[in-house]
Amino acid sequence: MTAVAATPQQPIWRRLIGFNLLTGIVLGIGGWYVGWFGAHAVVGPSIDYFGDIDYNELSVYLAYLGGVVGFLVGLGFFNYPFARLRGYPPSLREKETAGWTRYFGLCTDHKVVGIQYLWGIGLFFFIGGLNAMLIRTEQLSPHGQVFPMGTYLTIVGMHGTMMMGMMTSGILGPFANYLVPIMIGARRMAFPRIEALTFWILMAAGAILTTTIFFGGFPTGWTGYAPLSNEANAGMDNYVLFFALVGISMTLLGLNMIATILTMRAPGLTWTRLPIFVWGVLSTAVLMVLAAPVLVATLSMEALDRTAQTSFFVTAAGGSNYLYQNLFWVFGHPEVYILALPGFGIVLELLPVFSRKPLWGYRLAVAGLLGVSLLSWFVWQHHLFVSGINGDLRPFYMLSTELISIPTGFTFLCGMMTLWRGQIRFTVPMLFCLAWFFNFLLGGLSGVFLSDVPSDVTTHGSFFSMAHFHYTIMGGLVFTFFAAIYYWVPKMTGWELHQGLGKIHFWTMFIFFNSTFAPLFAAGFLGQPRRTPVYSGSLKFLNDWVSVSAFLLGISMLIFLFNLIWSLGFVKKPAVANPWASRSIEFQLPSPVPVHNFDRIPVFSSDPYGYGEGPAPNWVVPAGAPAGRE
Amino acid sequence: MAADPAAAPRRPTDSTNHGLRVVVAWLVLSAVATPLVAIFVGRLIPPGNGSVQGTEQVFDNTWMVSVVTPVICLLAVFFVYGLFSFRAAPGAAVVDGPPLRNDSQIQVLWIVITSVIVLFLAGFGSYELLQNGAGGGQGPNPVAIPSGPKMQVQVIGQQWQFTYRYPSLGGLESNQLVLPANTDIELHVTSLDVVHSFWAYELGVKADANPGVDNVAYVFTKGPETFHVRCAELCGLWHPYMFNNGRVVDSAQFHAWAAKQQKLYAAIKPFVNKSPDQGGTPYAHTYLPQPQRRAG
Amino acid sequence: MRLGIKLLLVAAVVAAAGVMIGFYVSDLTTLAGSPAYSVPVQNASSGHPVVNLEFQTVAAIGPKFSQNPDWVSYLIKTTSGWKRETVWNLPANATVHVTWLNFDGASGLRNPFLARPQGMVGNSIKVDGKTADHIDPNDASHTFAVPALGIIAAAPGVADDAKNQCGFAPCSLSNAHRTVTFTFHTPAKGGHFRWQCFVPCAAGWIDGFGGPMQTIGYMDGFLNVRA
Repeated sequence: MTAVAATPQQPIWRRLIGFNLLTGIVLGIGGWYVGWFGAHAVVGPSIDYFGDIDYNELSVYLAYLGGVVGFLVGLGFFNYPFARLRGYPPSLREKETAGWTRYFGLCTDHKVVGIQYLWGIGLFFFIGGLNAMLIRTEQLSPHGQVFPMGTYLTIVGMHGTMMMGMMTSGILGPFANYLVPIMIGARRMAFPRIEALTFWILMAAGAILTTTIFFGGFPTGWTGYAPLSNEANAGMDNYVLFFALVGISMTLLGLNMIATILTMRAPGLTWTRLPIFVWGVLSTAVLMVLAAPVLVATLSMEALDRTAQTSFFVTAAGGSNYLYQNLFWVFGHPEVYILALPGFGIVLELLPVFSRKPLWGYRLAVAGLLGVSLLSWFVWQHHLFVSGINGDLRPFYMLSTELISIPTGFTFLCGMMTLWRGQIRFTVPMLFCLAWFFNFLLGGLSGVFLSDVPSDVTTHGSFFSMAHFHYTIMGGLVFTFFAAIYYWVPKMTGWELHQGLGKIHFWTMFIFFNSTFAPLFAAGFLGQPRRTPVYSGSLKFLNDWVSVSAFLLGISMLIFLFNLIWSLGFVKKPAVANPWASRSIEFQLPSPVPVHNFDRIPVFSSDPYGYGEGPAPNWVVPAGAPAGRE
Repeated sequence: MAADPAAAPRRPTDSTNHGLRVVVAWLVLSAVATPLVAIFVGRLIPPGNGSVQGTEQVFDNTWMVSVVTPVICLLAVFFVYGLFSFRAAPGAAVVDGPPLRNDSQIQVLWIVITSVIVLFLAGFGSYELLQNGAGGGQGPNPVAIPSGPKMQVQVIGQQWQFTYRYPSLGGLESNQLVLPANTDIELHVTSLDVVHSFWAYELGVKADANPGVDNVAYVFTKGPETFHVRCAELCGLWHPYMFNNGRVVDSAQFHAWAAKQQKLYAAIKPFVNKSPDQGGTPYAHTYLPQPQRRAG
Repeated sequence: MRLGIKLLLVAAVVAAAGVMIGFYVSDLTTLAGSPAYSVPVQNASSGHPVVNLEFQTVAAIGPKFSQNPDWVSYLIKTTSGWKRETVWNLPANATVHVTWLNFDGASGLRNPFLARPQGMVGNSIKVDGKTADHIDPNDASHTFAVPALGIIAAAPGVADDAKNQCGFAPCSLSNAHRTVTFTFHTPAKGGHFRWQCFVPCAAGWIDGFGGPMQTIGYMDGFLNVRA
């Protein structure tokens, strides 16, 4: 029996004119103008639109910020704070319980936010992927002339920035939001409105980045190095705002995860019984909360340099480009572990289910996740080995970077020993998890080369380092992202995904992913620098091979998209509650999971990996258990 | 029908010593593969023997690829063997495996072996690095300084080409990089505007060019050759075109080249050395940064 | 929802996405670029063509040629008047006589080395008719440099107090200007060579290299040398 009455569903016309995405967009555009004209009230009359964006960066920033605020007002984020100011009691009154329109507005149901994230991030993932296809088109010829040079550099920057900004929340956004409350036996996240806020801020940010090309683009790539960023056109401001908003979204998302996991675990769920996926989320969330604010601070300095003529990063006026580089990578290195750690959590979570064995070395796996999280703070200068940092630092950072492969190895060991003597079923999610081992091995070992300074002298800034991070991020994160989709989407939507198409998607993606990125190790070793469409003629065959593979990789993504639309939109075959015979608690609930998750809060007695240890589940709902907090 | 996890029966225990099989197969494969990789892949590894630093990098990379080979062999053997031997019978009902949760011996062994590998690689790399900097930029206060006489060459990055100054040739500046063979060169890399990176591929040298900072790198040239210079840090519109060829030539050719360049340079030399208040250009004196100015 | 309507909806969304992507990509191929202009050959003799390349540099391009009216820019003299196009097709193995009219004031070179002309015939330029093997780096207004061919030519600026200075492009000979002429040869093999200005002349951007200095069609371009 639930403690909260379901909100009655309003008629559709009422839902359309209420606070939702449409209102958000309208008020966002209005807010943009308010910001723009407001800026001019401060800095004086405008010359004309383009004159403004050349000389009056402040109006650009205030316009976009006004737009974002207007967007959030239109979505209804300010309604509850104002209601509380007027004395209304606390409530989750926005929580609509039914109707497709609740996906297009502010909804405090964590499951709705998870699904919103899945589609939202998926959209921007495809936009980033489109940019990747354009990059490979340009790289077909050693004198690439498909796109004018400045535009090409923007395309490269957009691809990297979009992917890094969006996929940082790629697993935590959709899957942690949906599953963590269920896995810990709670009905909601600690801060449901903030959860929804992180999603909509991310969407606003994505819209800002997509329009950068129309304002001149940005020439710096995703790293945004000053002082080049100081002299860039107005498109640079789109980048700065995108990443700053992403940083805010990340910080709030991490905060929410930590608060939820720390305080809302059901009775009996001690730290050693927590699903390893939740541990992965926790170790990632800690990094998010600590690293993302550094990014926001760095970009604020950049914005000040561009608008207020400060000189944080301008050497001639007393600043230093090293300041930007160090601050950026203090964020940037934990950032890549934010991308990688959820993947570790997913692989270790799925392997027991599909090997029918407990997770081997649970404590070692947790130590590995936390160890990676901790050590990731001590390695950032390996991005700066040849930048002219103090020579004494280089051996230290070489050591610390090599050391981080030890906790990473724990994940490999625990995964491999879980498979050992198991009853392995090669389902689609399992295939993606197995591919993770292959990809992350190559990615991790190439990282060992890059961490070695003499080797790094040649490979830094070359395609070798690009192949390294694509193997770890795309081979690590994106493959586990798809594993999570095939594994959990039937639970989230209540409909099956076609397994045959899933296998075709997997094999085409795996083969063409490796075919695309493995030769790039060679290209880097042979001297091809990054972000360069002009290269030595002897590398033409290699680049053409890579480009064709990349196009085929793109087609494999289309196969996935077709599967998604076909299975969820047309076939709509109802999924059983537990298609994978998993012992995890979310699969003991109906598909899709009901609004309030549990009728009664369960009590846990062990971890969810008791395969081969007897039929008893790891949780019970004793009679008379409390209904739990709403 | 929902798959019920509670009803999965246990498979009868398997008494084959899978572990022994994997270890033996791995040892055999590693013993065969590692020397092959070291010998045949080693000679292909960049950047080649264009300089002493380049040769050191090849040596370093060959060692690393040889250490990495057994790791790859282990995982290859494990997965090929494991995924075949431990696959569930297709189509049959779901059956559980044995409830193996831990084995502290394996954990300790793994931790010890991975730590040893990592510490060895870090130590080995540090040793290579501290001899002469391995061709990387060390900032204004380098710590790994080779002994002996060195010829100074200043590399000036600007948007979007590199120019080179030779203090030992009277401050000659040129847009060609020509170096004498068998000489220890001390490169001072700096920038006039944004961050560039001087990458001489065959020489195994890479040093970022930062505005207002003197980034020192050492390279000991070998025989005559042509090498490629590229900018390796995104610096704006023409970054992809910021490349040229450099040459290492013997001593006689070097002096002949220098004489020709001096004639060309003579016209502009007065402007370079004049101080700003005497009508010299304001920038001419800002890009040999003070040696004591610290980076970062 | 009925199957037919669903299929129609999906088809409509896919079509709309395809159209948007098509526009986006085709936009990208032309944004911040420049159309190519084939410089006409003066003599029809094979093997060693001769072309006249005449261009001007202006302090502000004006609204007729650009949405950024105050950007500095190059303009090329075409058979149909002055155009803001910086991608020029030249024949290979050709003699190119360059006439450069500079209507802009001086900004000063950051690297005085670039004030020494090189790479053209005689390693010298003619400034207002007088041969010069250097200009005062402080007086440099713009450069025309093709680094891959080793060509560097700098033009001095119009005096600050000169009369009848040009406002928006196109500028005419009655405006205050400096004339620079030189001759260079295109390689026999042909190729694709970028050219740029090296003077930090983009006012309002830090380091003077932003805006027009980093945009093809203003202060940067290509020489397409076709064999």
